[in-house]
Amino acid sequence: MAVAFDEMNGLGEDLRPAYQELSRWLKETPPDALEYRRQEAELLFRRIGITFAVYGDSEAQERLIPFDVIPRIMSATEWTLLEKGLKQRVLALNMFLKDIYHGRDILRANIIPEDLIFQNPVFRPEMNGQDVPHDIYVHIAGIDIIRTDPDNFIVLEDNARTPSGVSYMLENREIMMRLFPDLFARHRVAPVERYPDELLSALRSVAPHSASAEPTVALMTPGVYNSAYYEHSFLADKLGIELVEGRDLIVKNDEVFMRTTEGLKRVDVIYRRVDDDFLDPLTFRPDSALGVPGLMSAYAAGNITLANAVGTGIADDKAIYSYMPDIVKFYLSEEPILKNVQTWRCREPQDLSYVLDNLADLVVKEVHGSGGYGMLIGPAATKATIEAFRDKLKREPEGFIAQPTLALSTCPTCTDKGLAPRHVDLRPFVLTGSSHTTIVPGGLTRVALKEGSLVVNSSQGGGTKDTWILSE
Amino acid sequence: MLSRTAENLFWLARYVERAEYLARTIDATLRVTALPAAYVGKTNEWDSALLTAGVGAAFYDHYEEANERNVIEYLSFSDENPASIKNCIEAARLNSRSVRTALTSEMWDTINSAWIELQAVWNKGPANREELAKFLRFVQETSLRFDGSAYRTMLRNDAYWFSRLGVHLERADNTARILDVKYHMLLPEEEHVGGPLDYYQWTSILRSVSATTAYHWVYRETLKPWLIADLLILNDTLPRSLASCYSNLVRNLDQIGVAYGRQGASQRHARGIRNRLEHSHMDDIFQHGVHEFIQEFIADNSRLGEIITKQYLI
Repeated sequence: MAVAFDEMNGLGEDLRPAYQELSRWLKETPPDALEYRRQEAELLFRRIGITFAVYGDSEAQERLIPFDVIPRIMSATEWTLLEKGLKQRVLALNMFLKDIYHGRDILRANIIPEDLIFQNPVFRPEMNGQDVPHDIYVHIAGIDIIRTDPDNFIVLEDNARTPSGVSYMLENREIMMRLFPDLFARHRVAPVERYPDELLSALRSVAPHSASAEPTVALMTPGVYNSAYYEHSFLADKLGIELVEGRDLIVKNDEVFMRTTEGLKRVDVIYRRVDDDFLDPLTFRPDSALGVPGLMSAYAAGNITLANAVGTGIADDKAIYSYMPDIVKFYLSEEPILKNVQTWRCREPQDLSYVLDNLADLVVKEVHGSGGYGMLIGPAATKATIEAFRDKLKREPEGFIAQPTLALSTCPTCTDKGLAPRHVDLRPFVLTGSSHTTIVPGGLTRVALKEGSLVVNSSQGGGTKDTWILSE
Repeated sequence: MLSRTAENLFWLARYVERAEYLARTIDATLRVTALPAAYVGKTNEWDSALLTAGVGAAFYDHYEEANERNVIEYLSFSDENPASIKNCIEAARLNSRSVRTALTSEMWDTINSAWIELQAVWNKGPANREELAKFLRFVQETSLRFDGSAYRTMLRNDAYWFSRLGVHLERADNTARILDVKYHMLLPEEEHVGGPLDYYQWTSILRSVSATTAYHWVYRETLKPWLIADLLILNDTLPRSLASCYSNLVRNLDQIGVAYGRQGASQRHARGIRNRLEHSHMDDIFQHGVHEFIQEFIADNSRLGEIITKQYLI
């Protein structure tokens, strides 16, 4: 694989302008001073309790996501372009969802095959014809962005269900400001701290008509054993809203209430971090102990807003992903600003045969997978693994897509052997309320800490970095 | 606030209080058993430590003999004992995690740091007396820090009051249990009153509620069993006395009642117990029977826990 584009040094040794100050600072700072602050940062994270759980890993029920102290920096010009592209993409996602659950123009126009929607387990027939306030389905989107050159931003995944990671964006900044005040003094970094305020106002703006003038918002979590529980409690705290579990809620006459020490209190908007399947045992999985019986009927009656809406999975499904450029063009009559990764749909015979012939060079992903589980990275896999995967692929081709192995851009990162380039991606968070769409300048930069590794997922040994957007 | 949040705060405080009490009990027992047999007689102090912890029966499901090694292990580190110090701290942290939003960062930091610190101790167990003493001190300091940070950093609203209810209810239970196990030592008409045996036993009781110095300040007398009983039961100025716990419980419940604009069964029940304590004299209690009095108190106290749960926590 060719040398990847480096966020700091470009393709050669030409230091990119946004990194000039950082590079100078790194030269002035002795390595042990950096190491000392790295340890300090780890201690802070552990004290604050920012941990995540790795499923199936009983040894490390709570782990820290490794934090790298070298920031990832973007210029204002880069950000402006990215921001524009993200807003366009999320607008298209929302229009697509409204269409899928109402008129279905896009299917009649033959842009997307019908069975890809109706046969899809994440399609929710319960949502057919159901209106949601202001036609917003995806209030919070986490769009994963990668780069392979200085000119293009490429979307790797649209996360339109319950994207996580924003607490790291906020805490990383908090800790960086504590540990590196000198470095901040030499840059003009756009602040990220207003994210909770923006989120709360977006959530309040989509309250149902039956809500009072001061709608009550609550954050719904599956509970302390969920891998993102820290984030749930962190956000509820920052937003000043109750952190509820299913058992705290009760539905009466199609209205949702929480059980408080003073009796029942009506809830108008639920920022839910619980998957569709577990929301309501009467509608979805009957064995779910996390949900609220009757929640979907209150939802259908228009007495509660769920953010994100039910059924958004159909928009960020990996099989739908490959149609996103067409979706943007169809609804907005604009060229997509953000690119897609070239994607082979294994459900289509000629794509499948190409994929089977080139398995060693491709990344193959499960259509419904996430978190980096269950994927094949051809160039890094053994022959045996590839052959095993080939069988799986032949048996159930419609369950997979394939993409080229991309040389994700790299960013200087602390390693055992000093600073070295490591591959990164970026997840900015896009908030959509009744009147406007907001993106706090920054996001979560994830970094693959192992040399040469392209997998940035925290469950697979990835770390995070603070992301700096410089002001003009 | 959410009922579940209130419940978590209530139990969080109880667990921390209980962990501290267990640490004190072990500490006090270690001191008595370190004395020559001539001073302490033949009673099995470790057995009585189990009884004051309320785990006398369950212990023998796992061990043959109530000796120092076994009892310390069971009360401090055992996974089998749901009320071991270890499990109390684990449960306290789990409760804290569930109510992160209702805790101040200082309180969370106290519990979380203690939990992290104690992982190491639990993994290998204390190697010697010195390490054990350090561990016991650490548990007590954690409770002090937790209480202190709650006192200094929490808003004075229902979250604070529910956590205080947990502290005082648990504390009252603990003090009552010591009295229950040792009440016969405090009877004024025992035949060997004033012997060295009793003297050290009494000191041990006072130590487990951190009241050795307090006793002398309050009574300015040598140790007298009925005065010890008076101190632990009726003296409102001693924070661990039953009377003091109930002054606090009544006050906290009233604060909740005022904030919510409604009084209920728990306010009435707590006031009833408080009034009985206020109007009692040690002479009457001795005549009525200390044992009966304490038994009744323990039942009343746990009844209050149930009423609070029903009224607010579910």
